[in-house]
Amino acid sequence: MTGPSSSNKKIELIGVKKRFGSKVVLDGVDLCVEKQSSTVIIGGSGTGKSVTIKSILGILTPDEGTIRIDGEDVTRLKGAARDPLMKKFGMLFQGGALFDSLPVWENVAFGLIQGHGVARAKAKDIAIEKLAKVGLTSDVAYLSPAELSGGMQKRVGLARAIAADPEIIFFDEPTTGLDPIMADIINDLIVSTVKDVGATALSITHDMTSARKIADRIAMLYQGKIIWNGPTAEIDRSGNPYVDQFIHGRAEGPIKMAVKA
Amino acid sequence: MNFFAIIGRAVLDLLAQIGRVTRFTGQTLAAIFSAPFYGRLLAQQIMRIGYFSLPVVGLTALSTGAVLALQIYLGGNRYGAEAIVPQIVVLGITRELGPVIAGLMVAGRVAAAIAAELGTMKVTEQIDALTTLATNPIKYLVVPRLLAAVISLPVLTAVGDSIGVLGGYLVSTYNLGFTGSIYLKNTVDFAKTDDITSGLIKAAVFGFIIAIMGCYNGFFSKGGAQGVGAATTNAVVASSILILAADFVLTAILFHAS
Repeated sequence: MTGPSSSNKKIELIGVKKRFGSKVVLDGVDLCVEKQSSTVIIGGSGTGKSVTIKSILGILTPDEGTIRIDGEDVTRLKGAARDPLMKKFGMLFQGGALFDSLPVWENVAFGLIQGHGVARAKAKDIAIEKLAKVGLTSDVAYLSPAELSGGMQKRVGLARAIAADPEIIFFDEPTTGLDPIMADIINDLIVSTVKDVGATALSITHDMTSARKIADRIAMLYQGKIIWNGPTAEIDRSGNPYVDQFIHGRAEGPIKMAVKA
Repeated sequence: MNFFAIIGRAVLDLLAQIGRVTRFTGQTLAAIFSAPFYGRLLAQQIMRIGYFSLPVVGLTALSTGAVLALQIYLGGNRYGAEAIVPQIVVLGITRELGPVIAGLMVAGRVAAAIAAELGTMKVTEQIDALTTLATNPIKYLVVPRLLAAVISLPVLTAVGDSIGVLGGYLVSTYNLGFTGSIYLKNTVDFAKTDDITSGLIKAAVFGFIIAIMGCYNGFFSKGGAQGVGAATTNAVVASSILILAADFVLTAILFHAS
């Protein structure tokens, strides 16, 4: 169903539930991300942020609920039927998840060569061009990922995520493990590259500085549900005690951290 | 926890494990026959699994052949049957010891390496990254390793068979007073094609077991360095046990023993 009302919705989650054994991780997540907008999901560790993204990517299958991309129900799309969908996605992983057996340029070109069938020589040119976009020179292209610093690995990961000009880019904790200056540089890069590619962005983070910088809208996930969702500018006036506690990083408040998982 | 609950839990875990391995194997077999095919990766894996295993397989085959000749000579001596050494050596090596030793050596070397590599890729999200780059991880990682192992093991076994017979020959001619030409004639006359092919069939099955156990344990490892360590151990232990079990079953089938 791609009616006129739903035409602006890029990603839509309706009542998505997922549990592992007896542990309920997602308890009915409802979320809508509009085309070419940037949404950031915030929430504490273990609230199901990663599971949400992995469900949209199809790495995990939800137990209940519906996930729509461009109005199409993709919740249980598997195997070859999923291939065209995967080509719309790009993802920056928390730890970079670069392939350590391949040099930097092949990491960036990987999706082009394997997923899109671009010839190696052409893919290499595109890779070097994308590396330049994230501020890396062509001599980095021949290094192994293990030779790079954390910030450079993030940049390479970002170049890989945007290499095939995806329609949707996912960012998993993009600033975790970086110093504040490098974090700011990566945030700027995310904003500029997402605009440049014209993509829709969905990020997860617990870094509020990063969230404020890269988000048009912020959604807060708590106990498997989205408890607040609104424009970034309004997060300081949410009137939600859970959100207030989280964005100010207070130990005292309605959110009780489970010391034992 | 009560005693029956512990047994029940263990049985359920075992069944769940068998189910996961079966499903994983099924997915891999289905992936072999659909494009894309990764020829470069297959060649790379044949080098790593097959070619680089030659020294260890050759060395163990040589010493096994030599010791076998010595033991048969000493045992045969009790009945005045020392002359049977070349026949028993070639039979023992081609039917049994060649494939089993190649299998166990490669299990230790390769199943561990595969589990460690894929396990590390799993815990650092590199396998998830493959999925997000529109690449099927089973096709990209498991299929080349499985095909490489199934192709390499029979070749390694054929080489090991020859070196094992050579080991027996060297000990017999230098230490036990056999004449070289007669030893070789007895070996060639006695060995049948079936003895050799049955060993090579076994080897292909062992290759299958090694690759599946290495890949499966790597793919489903979790929890960082400790998890990868456990996956490596499990891959070696499981493939070694399955090789020995499969050896018995295959011997019974191939030689119609009942």
